Amino acid sequence: MYAFSYHSPKTVRQAATLLGKNPDAKVLAGGQTLLPTMKQRLASPSALIDLGKAEGLSGIEVKGRNVVIGAMTRHADVASSAIVGEAIPALAALAGGIGDPAVRNRGTIGGSLANNDPAADYPSAVLALNATIITNKRKIPADEFFQGMFSTALEEGEVIVKVSFPIPSKAAYEKFPNPASRYAMVGVFVAKKGSETRVAVTGAGSDGVFRSAECEAALKARFNPKSLDGVKVKAAGLNSDIHASSEYRAHLIPVIAKRAVAKAMAK
Amino acid sequence: MSSTTGIGASVLRKEDIRFITGKGQYTDDVNRQGQAHAYFLRSPHAHATIKKLDVSAAKKAAGVLDVLTGDDLAHDKIGGLICGWMIHNKDGSPMKAGAHPALAQGKVRYVGDHVAVIIAETYAQAKDAAELVVVDYGVLPAVVDMNTASKGPAIHDVAPDNVVYDWHLGDKAATEAAFKNAKHITKIDLVNNRLIPNAMEPRAAVGDYDAGTEVFTLYTTSQNPHVARLVLSAFVGIAPEHKLRVIAPDVGGGFGSKIFIYAEETVCVWASKRVGRPVKWTADRTEAFLSDAHGRDHITHAELATDEKGKILGFRVKTKANLGAYLSTFSSCVPTYLYAPLLSGQYDIPAIYVEVEGIYTTTAPVDAYRGAGRPEATFVVERIMEKTARELGQDPAAFRRKNFVKSFPHQTPVIMCYDTGNYSASLDLALEMADYKNFGKRKKESAKNGKLRGIGFSAYIEACGIAPSAAVGSLGAGVGLWESAEVRVNPVGTVEVLTGSHSHGQGHETTFAQLVSDRLGIDINSVSIVHGDTDKVQFGMGTYGSRSGSVGMSAISKALDKVIAKGKKVASYALEASEKDIEFKDGRFSVAGTDKSLAFGEVALQAYIAHKFTGAELEPGLKEGAFYDPTNFTFPSGVHICEVEIDPDTGVTTIAKWTAVDDFGNVINPMIVEGQVHGGIAQGVGQALFEGAHYDKDGQLVTASYMDYTMPRADNLPSFQIGMTNTPCTTNPLGLKGCGEAGAIASPPAVINAITDAIGHENIAMPATPLAVWTAIQSSASKLAAE
Ligand SMILES: Cc1cc2nc3c(=O)[nH]c(=O)nc-3n(C[C@H](O)[C@H](O)[C@H](O)COP(=O)(O)OP(=O)(O)OC[C@H]3O[C@@H](n4cnc5c(N)ncnc54)[C@H](O)[C@@H]3O)c2cc1C
Repeated sequence: MYAFSYHSPKTVRQAATLLGKNPDAKVLAGGQTLLPTMKQRLASPSALIDLGKAEGLSGIEVKGRNVVIGAMTRHADVASSAIVGEAIPALAALAGGIGDPAVRNRGTIGGSLANNDPAADYPSAVLALNATIITNKRKIPADEFFQGMFSTALEEGEVIVKVSFPIPSKAAYEKFPNPASRYAMVGVFVAKKGSETRVAVTGAGSDGVFRSAECEAALKARFNPKSLDGVKVKAAGLNSDIHASSEYRAHLIPVIAKRAVAKAMAK
Repeated sequence: MSSTTGIGASVLRKEDIRFITGKGQYTDDVNRQGQAHAYFLRSPHAHATIKKLDVSAAKKAAGVLDVLTGDDLAHDKIGGLICGWMIHNKDGSPMKAGAHPALAQGKVRYVGDHVAVIIAETYAQAKDAAELVVVDYGVLPAVVDMNTASKGPAIHDVAPDNVVYDWHLGDKAATEAAFKNAKHITKIDLVNNRLIPNAMEPRAAVGDYDAGTEVFTLYTTSQNPHVARLVLSAFVGIAPEHKLRVIAPDVGGGFGSKIFIYAEETVCVWASKRVGRPVKWTADRTEAFLSDAHGRDHITHAELATDEKGKILGFRVKTKANLGAYLSTFSSCVPTYLYAPLLSGQYDIPAIYVEVEGIYTTTAPVDAYRGAGRPEATFVVERIMEKTARELGQDPAAFRRKNFVKSFPHQTPVIMCYDTGNYSASLDLALEMADYKNFGKRKKESAKNGKLRGIGFSAYIEACGIAPSAAVGSLGAGVGLWESAEVRVNPVGTVEVLTGSHSHGQGHETTFAQLVSDRLGIDINSVSIVHGDTDKVQFGMGTYGSRSGSVGMSAISKALDKVIAKGKKVASYALEASEKDIEFKDGRFSVAGTDKSLAFGEVALQAYIAHKFTGAELEPGLKEGAFYDPTNFTFPSGVHICEVEIDPDTGVTTIAKWTAVDDFGNVINPMIVEGQVHGGIAQGVGQALFEGAHYDKDGQLVTASYMDYTMPRADNLPSFQIGMTNTPCTTNPLGLKGCGEAGAIASPPAVINAITDAIGHENIAMPATPLAVWTAIQSSASKLAAE
């Protein structure tokens, strides 16, 4: 790890000011991604702006027909939240399946989304549930937020403040883990709200999370696992590594989607 | 007392309180006054010459004490690391061992090879300074694939075709003749995947030179501190043995990888004199992946000849073994003498011929890893046995039973002479416990749920307790493989046992104390086991090859015999009786036929106060030592049965049921033995389903972290059903065979036999990941479609 300066602002506004003043600064949330990369000397921010003490960044509430989760809310808190468990149980289950207990007790939803790891779980929920990312500057719809792996619509000095999830009528997340890291190798979040069904896939795309047009089309008429029988997903544009070829990932997407739909219907 | 803490009792592990409350003292817990920290600059290339190495800027960096390179080693006349087992080629010529300097001298040969060491006040400063070292590499093509290694550039000048040796064992002519008479020949091609050891505690070292006494002390993560001292002294030339102390304190797992004498430990102890400060290094996990000696990595073609009834006539095996970029300490013997002599398995095979080529590649050195050679042999034998049974349309259990060795001692065609065993007994019990007869029903149930179910056998044998010194000497070993013990009885009757064995998870502090408690009839808490320090313990050979029970405890047993014999002499004076009338039982020396007796502790006191005899009659004191050299290997064996269920939609394999029946001979502590079996199976299942070191074509290790190297986890394993049979070993005093490696040896073929049974063809390699299984299922589906 290289040397850096450390700041602990009390408000998001102060955090944004500090970001403006320190060109190579990074905000620090749970540190579960940022600190390991710094230890490996792959990242060398000049300053860390710790959001841990900034007011108003954590907590979960229902606002109208949405569940709103503060950016600094830990995975463990989402997993065990009665509010989330009641309104969007699929989201609580997803949070409970991230990493291990240590990771879940430190890692945050804001950090996970800002990082946009192509195998992270949360991006699939945000995309399938058609959530809105609320920053210190604006509101970003899910469809515009994710811009390829490790890249998002966030601009310099922009901090995620909260995420607003519309409550779906049916939803479920099914994760097929990478055997080594247990990140998603293919993770599928399905959500039905009114007449719209959205299917978001993480872990598989070489450009990060994406919506599966094939699966969405198949489920449009009828939200039922059987609707996915025979659905073929193209291998082009999918990741290939020692754990899974792109053909295997393509095969898994409808298989896992089917399991997610079955799970959503069981609830 | 002996019933609850003696031989055969499941005594809770005495050492665990220390370990689980964080009171263990590992090498990284050792901090010496004035200690500096070492960081190793490692090669980013698999194969390159070092055209220029400039450390001048690094030397000037903040906190840096020194930056040392291969030139400094040469200047100080520090020798290279050695391989302690000479293998001869088919033509009798010696193997080709390239030099192995602890810091590169002109060339690097794998990613992670040691280029320079930076020693600084803090580890961070050393790491910072490493970025200032300028290395100009002349990059050469990597040599990764064993099949094409001979066409690659020479990794060592001494081995132009990258072949270390071309070795064979067995009777070629007899084997060819057997194949001529065969009714059926089964052929199989196998890959035994490369593994990375992943002990929980990474390797570490603290070198500490005392200028006053001119003594070097090395604290290190070693399974065999005396062997480390011998090598560092006699071959590397750090210091003569009496000026070099090696301490292996608590060690958190070894699995073989901590047998070897590595570059980092060597450099730390040497550098401590250079910089005049203690020097510490602890590997981070990536360094462990890159530079711990890896295991396995064989490519094998095997053929089994059978007659019309399915009796085995002959077996021939051709193996290429990847030895990595340098020959690690015992690497040469693993794919030869620890492998080929096990290829007779549990079977009566009249003729066997084995050829093994040892290959250099630009990858980390490969050496012994839990089982060392025997898992590789068992994989070949048990895969081809299963395949043959299938091809002959015979039940795999019945086919094995038909070919079992049934009378003992049994001389195989490949060196080994099995002293005892009862293979049918293990098979019977395993079939019963596994409910084999109802497997068909379970398979149907699985099919109803859209799952493929399969069952696989592994009837393994291993050779433990390495080994008769004269025998291994005749096969090329540079050392003898006996063990030593000293039993020191204190004046109050408590006992310290100094053993040359080393515990790094096995529980010796408990099992060895059980032996003493049993034999001397004293409280187990009155016994302590001392190991791991060359200044405290007499020369010993250390722990590997499941030898601490059969060899290490046999030495203790011999020393205890001497203590009891001396105790009888002391008692005869104290009790004023003739020595031949003294009996020792349940912790008391008594005069036969009388009620006169003394407790063990009272006799110990008499031995030390020496009031009842003169020094001319008997030496005072009660302390005896022994060296035990085994007369044969021991041969644990058993049958493991694995039942899997495969999800054809995803390729995920679930282990539905695991039955293990082992014959370890007598057992000191059943709980500890079961624990060893559990861990061994987990490791073997790891090899079969999850683990695999993967180098890309440029020689970069792709699986250099847990993001990509899959370790088995608790949720991957079922609850094991463990059974035991017992034919006590006939060649050591305690009848012990050894249990440390059995699980890892037995399990990979059991898993793969189950998977191939489920998918209906033989074409799957380890690790059978979901991708591999799914792909294999696709190929069988397309084959069916094509037919
Ligand atoms: C062992 C391990 C296993 C894991 N397994 C999984 C898994 O299975 N699934 C999964 O999804 N994830 C997994 N993770 C990642 C984990 O969820 C991380 O917590 C997450 O990716 C990052 O969140 P964080 O709060 O730790 O962010 P940090 O590491 O603190 O920050 C990550 C990045 O986001 C930026 N950032 C943080 N907060 C904000 C904000 N509010 N606004 C703008 N930018 C911000 C930071 O500047 C940094 O660039 C794992 C991590 C580990 C260490």
